[in-house]
Amino acid sequence: MVRPEEELIRKRQRERARLTALLLGAFVILLFFITVAKVGMNW
Amino acid sequence: MTSTAIDREAIGLPADWRDILALTKPRVMSLVVFTGLAGMLAAPVLPPLAIGFTAILCIALGAGACGALNQWYEADIDAKMRRTASRPLPAGRMERQSALHFGVGLAAFSVLLMGLAANWLAAALLAVSILFYVLVYTVWLKPRTAQNIVIGGAAGAFPPLIGWVAATGSVAPLPLLLFAIIFLWTPPHFWALSLFVRSDYAAAGIPMLPVVAGIESTRRQIFLYSLPMAAAAVVPWPLGLTGPLYGIAASALSLGFLVLAGQVLANRAAEPKQMAPEKRLFGYSVLYLFVLFGALVADRWLPW
Repeated sequence: MVRPEEELIRKRQRERARLTALLLGAFVILLFFITVAKVGMNW
Repeated sequence: MTSTAIDREAIGLPADWRDILALTKPRVMSLVVFTGLAGMLAAPVLPPLAIGFTAILCIALGAGACGALNQWYEADIDAKMRRTASRPLPAGRMERQSALHFGVGLAAFSVLLMGLAANWLAAALLAVSILFYVLVYTVWLKPRTAQNIVIGGAAGAFPPLIGWVAATGSVAPLPLLLFAIIFLWTPPHFWALSLFVRSDYAAAGIPMLPVVAGIESTRRQIFLYSLPMAAAAVVPWPLGLTGPLYGIAASALSLGFLVLAGQVLANRAAEPKQMAPEKRLFGYSVLYLFVLFGALVADRWLPW
């Protein structure tokens, strides 16, 4: 049986992992658009 | 240490992401983002959307890093002030070292991304502004001198300059004047606040002007700083750097600022409850900066 505090730790870890994944995904998309813009500027 | 802090450490609970976000002081960030964006939109050339968006994002992240590093360094002081005692570090919801790692990481990331996406002059200015805020203001001046906010205000004055440089790659007279406006606006803005929360600053041992020099002297300084601030706000118009829309808006807004600063000067109350003029000036000062920079952008883009 999982202790309540352990459950809370897992919940926090899940939330943070999900948020990190979202931010990394957004960063990849941002890098793509920066690259497109730089190519357009003949960088 | 509170019992919550002991419990949290005892079970090794990771910080909630909402507390990590709170470290970045999102409300302060909104003003920084707005002035940075206004600086960029006032420039004669605009960068591609992705580059402009990234530059503003970097300014926001840099400001967030400053907030996190400020809270890391001042956790003990924050615990003594009513206004700040519930922040994640003094309330024991997060480890101090996590805030330091987050702040340093975010600062480095924002500067590198600014350099790679926009240009390295903008990145250098961003790095200088972060270092100035953390080292010169937070660590050095704030706990030592009543002039902390005068020199430290320079850190908050960088965003429009960075926004302009991110767009153009060079410095020009108008963004330097925008820098001067925020630099001169900061002392009256913060001293108005510090007048009605001075007991908090006194309890925390922060030598803000009302604590060190007294209430009357602070009121005089507020009015005196408002004069060059108003001049700096209006002068881009006669210099031909902006049009009449900005000039008229800046004149009217600055006149309003001076009237409210005059009311503060005339007030004799010593109790925060009777400091309505100070509270009014503090509220107006935030509105002043938003509308002034809004007028600058409107003047640049509206067809007259």
